[in-house]
Amino acid sequence: MTEAKATPRRPDEVGVPDPFPLMHPVLRKNYGQWAWHDRPRPGVLHHVAKGGDEVWTVRAGTQRQMDVHTVRKLCDIADEYAEGHVRFTTRSNIEFMVSSFEKVPALIQKLQAEGFPVGGTGNSVSMISHTQGWLHCDIPGTDASGVVKSLMDMLHKEFVAEEMPNRVRITTSCCQVNCGGQGDISINVQYTKPPKINHDLVANVCERPAVVARCPVAAIRPAMVNGKPSLEVDEKKCVCCGACYPPCPPMQINGADSTKLAVWVGGKHSNARSRPTFHKLVVANLPNNPPRWPEVEEVVRKILYAYKENAKDWERMGEWIERIGWPRFFELTGMAFTKHHLDTWVGARHTMNMSTHVHF
Amino acid sequence: MTDDTGKVHPTPHLDQLEAGPWPSFVTGLKRLRDSTDKQYAPMMNDLLGQLEHSYTNRLGYWKGGTVSVFGYGGGIIPRFSEAADKFPASKEFHTLRVQPPAGYHYTTDLLRKLCDIWEEYGSGLIAFHGQSGDIMFQGCTTENTQKAFDALNEIGFDLGGAGPALRTSTSCVGHARCEMSCYDEVRAHRSVINNFLDEMHRPALPYKFKFKFSGCPNDCVNAIHRSDFAVIGTWRDDIKVDQEEVKAHVAKVGRKYMIDSVISRCPTRALSLNDDDTLEIDNRSCVRCMHCINVMTKALKPGDDRGVSILIGGKRALKVGDLMGTMIVPFMKLETDEDYEKLVEFGGKILEFFAENALEHERIGETMDRIGLPAFLEAIGVEPDPNMVRHPRTSCYVRTDDFTEEAEKYFERKKFERAAKAPGYSEAAE
Repeated sequence: MTEAKATPRRPDEVGVPDPFPLMHPVLRKNYGQWAWHDRPRPGVLHHVAKGGDEVWTVRAGTQRQMDVHTVRKLCDIADEYAEGHVRFTTRSNIEFMVSSFEKVPALIQKLQAEGFPVGGTGNSVSMISHTQGWLHCDIPGTDASGVVKSLMDMLHKEFVAEEMPNRVRITTSCCQVNCGGQGDISINVQYTKPPKINHDLVANVCERPAVVARCPVAAIRPAMVNGKPSLEVDEKKCVCCGACYPPCPPMQINGADSTKLAVWVGGKHSNARSRPTFHKLVVANLPNNPPRWPEVEEVVRKILYAYKENAKDWERMGEWIERIGWPRFFELTGMAFTKHHLDTWVGARHTMNMSTHVHF
Repeated sequence: MTDDTGKVHPTPHLDQLEAGPWPSFVTGLKRLRDSTDKQYAPMMNDLLGQLEHSYTNRLGYWKGGTVSVFGYGGGIIPRFSEAADKFPASKEFHTLRVQPPAGYHYTTDLLRKLCDIWEEYGSGLIAFHGQSGDIMFQGCTTENTQKAFDALNEIGFDLGGAGPALRTSTSCVGHARCEMSCYDEVRAHRSVINNFLDEMHRPALPYKFKFKFSGCPNDCVNAIHRSDFAVIGTWRDDIKVDQEEVKAHVAKVGRKYMIDSVISRCPTRALSLNDDDTLEIDNRSCVRCMHCINVMTKALKPGDDRGVSILIGGKRALKVGDLMGTMIVPFMKLETDEDYEKLVEFGGKILEFFAENALEHERIGETMDRIGLPAFLEAIGVEPDPNMVRHPRTSCYVRTDDFTEEAEKYFERKKFERAAKAPGYSEAAE
């Protein structure tokens, strides 16, 4: 290997970087030694260590997809008004740690002046966890950042306050893979038509047996179409899930009008009180209506405020519905209950009411 | 109308996403477009053009492909535009998935370095963070991908996972700033992931495999549903109670509110408020749900005998339906070096089982369903435990002619467990 031709650089397989050199010194010093915390105001956490050290954290919302200028602005704020150390939360909020409460008001003021909402703590509506959408995904039915921006404009007042019965975690996903995950409220793409197949491309682009195997309802089979090996879909069986589309892009599942949005409720990961739960369907067939998705916003608003007005303290969305019952939930939110709310998938029978417990 | 003409694509739909109080990603994209002295300005003009095109036609215009860096098989998400004739400068717009520091801690100095690198080689657009946990450096040409990676790698960052591979992991803030944390999340996260990097960088598994690390059952990183292998902190001994703080809490919120919001919310009715406003806890009935501890952060804390529960098989819909992680290890002590080695070893055992037994494009939760929990447990060398079920089977379709031998094994195990219990663990008389 003595040729002048440059040999490629071999990667240094370092894996997960060590956070200790990056951690705020008070956090590093008291690692594993925290005693208790409280929240002096929305958006601010106050942690006290066993040895008496204290740290204040100011949490602010971001747009997640950030240009370098925004990141540098946040760094400038952290250097001037905080102590040069930040962290991000799972929901793309940024946190500034300071070792003195005196620094908190000016930091909050500066963040707000620069357009970063301070909040997302306690029983607030935190930032929506979202995916890539039209900006960067190869299979999106809708955009993610745009839906989230529209909804967070509406939810801003609930992000900066802690006035919900319990925390509200909202997620969005641009296809039924549901990368956004489970949420108290989930806004997910729901396809409504079987894939449109470009038979000229299937044989060259798709590994046909793998596509056949991918279908959850065995609706896809190999076929010769116009003398070319391709695939065909039994449209009566097809549940329009889009699972065939990623491994076989010529099976286009999206359509400008046929890609719709559905809203789900009652998902939760925490084990607090009740076990973790999956979200459940509330309404489907909402139009994919950029740039502001007003129909989705209206549904989210109705659900959120029915919850806010009716749930007891510490009830998560799903726990509230569990108490009041689904009939009352549909009544309070003004949504329709249809045959599509009756589950038909594996284990569906266990979602039915096998008792005489009813709500009137 | 392309950047060749120096013209800015009109973005009437996207412009409407600049109004309103939440920070606007569109304003950020425009700042990049308007940084005309930077190499990425034309790319970001065309990116905005393509995104507007998507907003107009309500369709996406990216397709995948194959792009990687030398020595690795995964970690780059290739994106080629299907509308490159209209928007040539953003024809290639790949993402580098980069593993963040455990717990998402950064100094401003480091963030600025990341910005400088991405300004030189990429689009200037960074997502903190993607749903798998990666820092997503979005928008890079094929040519610059290697250069960007080299620069990031030089300052201590490594690519994350993509495709049928071990994926990037996340851990909660935990020990760094949370009194509820039941183990050293940074140590667990880094020990496990850094031990199996080969599975991340050279995808060869049947499908994706994710670890996630939450310090307590509040599960702030959503491990139970969003990972194949969820490591969630818990404890075996009694909840620690400061009765003076309990009284102070009752005095502050009132007795009725205390009963309504704490006592009656206990899922196993393990709490009782005494007449003197102190708290009585039936710890053997407590399921470590965290609710009372969450509400009374000064009065209550997890116990001292701490470790983790391990739940396996969480995933979303495709294709058997949603699965929550299922309790496989109710308690693993995580304290000593040996304990952490044991966790890594167990992770390796599960990965190996997955690699050898899962069908192509099958998540481990589906494999477990396909073969049944008894066969899964036997394969990984874990004995059945009543904490693994909500209730024993209700179906009579099972062959039980070796039931008596299995029962004897159970009693043997219980005898051994009792002998091995660490001193200090308060076990009720049996």
